[in-house]
Amino acid sequence: MYTRPIRAVVILTLLAFVALAEPVSPPLSPTNIFAPVSTPAQSIFDLSRFVLLVTGAIFTVVVILLTYAVIKFRKTRENEGREPAQVFGSTQLELAWTVIPVLIVVVLFLAAAHVIASIQNAVRPSNALEVTVIGHQFWWEYRYPGLKVVTANELHIPVSDPAHPTPTFLTLLSADTDHSFWVPRLAGKTDLIPNHPNSTWVDPHETGLYLGQCAQYCGTQHALMLLRVYVDSREDFDRWVQQQSEPAHVSSKVSPGQRMFETTACVNCHTIRGTPAKGTYGPDLTHLMSRQTIASGAAKNNIGSLIAWIYKPDVFKPGCKMPSMGLSVQQSAEVGAYLATLR
Amino acid sequence: MSTESIAWPISETSTPRPFVQQLHEWVTTVDHKRLGILYILFALLFLMVGGVEATILRIQLIRPLNHFVSPQMFNRMFTMHGTTMIFFVIMPVMFGFANYLTPLMIGARDMAFPRLNAFSFWLMAFGGLLLYFSFIGGDGLYGAGNAPDVGWFAYAPLTSKTFSRGHSTDFWILSLLVSGFGSIGTAINIIATVLCMRCKGMTLAKLPLMAWMSATMAGLVILAVSPLAAAQIMLLVDRYLGGHFFDTQAGGSAVMWMHFFWVFGHPEVYILVLPAFGFASEIIPVFSRKAIFGYPIMVAATLGIGFISMSVWAHHMFTVGMSAAGNTFFVLSTMAIAVPTGIKIFNWLATIWGGQIHFKTPMLFCIAFLFQFLIAGLTGIMQGAAPFDWQLTASYFVVAHFHYVIVGGILFTLFGAYYYWFPKMSGRMYNEKLGRLHFWLFIIGFHLTFDFMHIPGILGMPRRIYTYEPGRGWDIWNLIITIGVFFQAVAILVFIGNLLWSYFRGELAGNDPWDAWTLEWSIPSPPPAYNFAAIPEVRSRRPLWDLKHPEDPDWHYE
Amino acid sequence: MSVPFAGMAEPQIEWTLPGRGPVAMYCLIAAESAIFTIFVVAYIFYIGKSLTGPQPQDVLRIPIVFTICLLSSSFSIHFASRSLRNGKVRSFSLWWLLTLVLGAVFLGGTFLEWRHLIYDEGLTIQTNLFGTTYYSLVGLHAFHVTVGLLALATVSLFTLLGYLKQEHAERVEVLSMYWHFVDVVWVVVFIVVYIVGR
Repeated sequence: MYTRPIRAVVILTLLAFVALAEPVSPPLSPTNIFAPVSTPAQSIFDLSRFVLLVTGAIFTVVVILLTYAVIKFRKTRENEGREPAQVFGSTQLELAWTVIPVLIVVVLFLAAAHVIASIQNAVRPSNALEVTVIGHQFWWEYRYPGLKVVTANELHIPVSDPAHPTPTFLTLLSADTDHSFWVPRLAGKTDLIPNHPNSTWVDPHETGLYLGQCAQYCGTQHALMLLRVYVDSREDFDRWVQQQSEPAHVSSKVSPGQRMFETTACVNCHTIRGTPAKGTYGPDLTHLMSRQTIASGAAKNNIGSLIAWIYKPDVFKPGCKMPSMGLSVQQSAEVGAYLATLR
Repeated sequence: MSTESIAWPISETSTPRPFVQQLHEWVTTVDHKRLGILYILFALLFLMVGGVEATILRIQLIRPLNHFVSPQMFNRMFTMHGTTMIFFVIMPVMFGFANYLTPLMIGARDMAFPRLNAFSFWLMAFGGLLLYFSFIGGDGLYGAGNAPDVGWFAYAPLTSKTFSRGHSTDFWILSLLVSGFGSIGTAINIIATVLCMRCKGMTLAKLPLMAWMSATMAGLVILAVSPLAAAQIMLLVDRYLGGHFFDTQAGGSAVMWMHFFWVFGHPEVYILVLPAFGFASEIIPVFSRKAIFGYPIMVAATLGIGFISMSVWAHHMFTVGMSAAGNTFFVLSTMAIAVPTGIKIFNWLATIWGGQIHFKTPMLFCIAFLFQFLIAGLTGIMQGAAPFDWQLTASYFVVAHFHYVIVGGILFTLFGAYYYWFPKMSGRMYNEKLGRLHFWLFIIGFHLTFDFMHIPGILGMPRRIYTYEPGRGWDIWNLIITIGVFFQAVAILVFIGNLLWSYFRGELAGNDPWDAWTLEWSIPSPPPAYNFAAIPEVRSRRPLWDLKHPEDPDWHYE
Repeated sequence: MSVPFAGMAEPQIEWTLPGRGPVAMYCLIAAESAIFTIFVVAYIFYIGKSLTGPQPQDVLRIPIVFTICLLSSSFSIHFASRSLRNGKVRSFSLWWLLTLVLGAVFLGGTFLEWRHLIYDEGLTIQTNLFGTTYYSLVGLHAFHVTVGLLALATVSLFTLLGYLKQEHAERVEVLSMYWHFVDVVWVVVFIVVYIVGR
């Protein structure tokens, strides 16, 4: 009887340890919600510590009382056979354990309301970067309207100095079903819902790669709709923008892979700026090789994966929306070689 | 603990009836006790089916990038697991106990509408069969056989014809529509029974708490299952008549589906939990040898929970982009419902306090319920703080939370109820040692699985993913979670074995093996078809206490 | 084998509980109200949101006459019910038949209205949000009217065959509660669709 509450206390202590650990480059996980690097995630972390404190206190008090009651008032040989005193209620007690929870509820409510307002009603500064995120089954499209950049799956944003914040505001749209943008160390999740634009913002103060993934079930390959957010220094970010806004670096001599790409239905879905490929159903491939992964994080971006993916997308992402175009291995290798030139 | 044990009455017909005739009697019965047992057995069967589905999920997730099942099969498994457990396990079993117990506890001979009762059961049973027929009968993109794979809340527009070709969504809609109408029928029956069939002297203020909980649950079914039916009809209009209710391309709103679904979905979880509170409120007093502490406030809290539960639904939608004001309102209502719920925990604690606890199997499960429901409630409060929810929702944290409520809270009291009322229903005692074995195995498995499940949520693992990458820090926790499942599976087998063995070989129970105080313990076990030879008259909430303690009856104090 | 609870001598208390039929019908009405509320909310939410196609103000004609018929049927069913309670079966059967006729006229009116909307105005359930929500809401109501008419017709049949007696008054009253509900729903639908939504 005693081991259960003790076990529970151990669990909670572990959780508390996780919770109250200072935000640090995560030894526990790259997607630890208690390791914020951006203001929204930090505000949530601060609120969560307060909530955990209050709920932890309630837990401790009630568990102590329950444990005591279960031990102290058990049937023994002495008291067996006689019924204990029948107590039907106590107005003072009942009042107390109504009023105190009401007060606790009010306090928690006010704390939450404050953070809701600070995150949702944040003023958008004029120097904020605007990115439009469009969720697809099962990849992410990124458009930087002010900068004329269109890319997919790997988001680059500039780091933000807490003294002079340069946040990134994300407009969240969807091309098909519901999705959710969740990069735990940057912010809470916000959904992408068709016909219902949403917006969220982040201002990460440490450069690096931050991971996340789609958090609203969107179909077969929901699990591999991964997020990679690169927080770059200002210089690196400007360089990246510069590079992304150029058209594709294709050689003037059309390779067999490029011919195959442009005569097979690939161009129906993919855009490679500066070539006849203008499809928008699938990711923009203009600077495909600037990305570290393909298939929204399902595979590393190297020639081997590219060829395998082109030959049979199901090998990495069974049920994804890219059909196998029925190319032979040789043909897939040629197309792969062409794509590998798109830096 | 029993008072006088009354000799087992000899069965009225001395020649055993042929099996086919017995089967026919069960299939055509309108007796609330038999229908109650049918519901309970149906639920037990589907509990095992849902458990197998969960086991498949957990084996797939035992390590990263596993290939135990395909993503398509995984998505069907989690959809069917959720849909089965909620609609074809917990709801039926609660209706079953409400059906069995309510007339007995209020001194009536049957429910208000026995034929409606039978009709409602068979609607629900048909709904369950229809849902499972989808495995072989469905037709669609993936070839023959296509169970629902859209999640148990079937968000639009994933359920539109565009994204859900084939019939998987249709099986989800139709099976729930049919069983939903059955639920509404049962709910009407329960309310009519409680209001119109109480024995003389049993004012509402003397109604057993189990009956209060059943009636409140029934009220919620009426008000909540109906919106689900409405939304499902709208979805059928979209899918088959070219309608645009949730067609975002035509200006329709996916968020509106969410509102309609959760207007059902949140009260639904209170529908599931209120009878569990009822079980606890009957079992804890008897095994603490004390009256329930604060009966009036328990009733008030129950009604308060029922009422407030209709106003919290959008706390499932904190991330869809409601305004700050909208989010704030739902934080307030969600936090508010914690108050009457907490009050109940304190009342149960106060009932135990100063009592004399008998640690029989039903009480073991109810004590565990108290600790576990406390934790479940607190993780609920954490998510009620919307910004914290923006991280926690749609992750394994919320999966851990609601399983803590449904398994750690509801299923534990349900096991308690099975053991407590098994003697009444079957006439025999279950095996106490096997009961304890079930308890310890299950509680170990439960905590292995669901305590540790909170951690991947905190470490960023979303729900409904068929696999995950290594290097996220999730691997060890998923392993532990899966291991816990096997303890729970073995425990359930022990449980079922105990019920079966005890049904045939258990010691005779007599009327009142627990020395309890409500009317069902005043009649033989199992009760005769007519329940009471003479309809009783009561003067207090514990009529049998008054009988056993004529020098100090409850009606001196009430 | 239950024990009449001896030793609890107490003055005989009045013990009347509500009737099962009315309680069950109130519960059914509550459930149906919840279903209708959802359809009404959807209708209201989508007012003005159709991307294309005819708008309500372009094509809807207010069905005053048929509304009056339906609302009058509430009065006639009330008189029918009262007659039966007073034992006047013949009077009951006339009022009841009138209710049936008025309800059927209303349903006919809905049919005419829909024929006009579909063939003359090109508005179907597929056309736009207005079409979807309009036909669903009015159709759901018409379905409930139809079910009510079937029940009323069944009672009429029993009356004509001579089976209906004064003792059935409470049951008839329960059925008339359903009919009143259907009328109240029409009042709400009428206001939302033909007044607010136009």
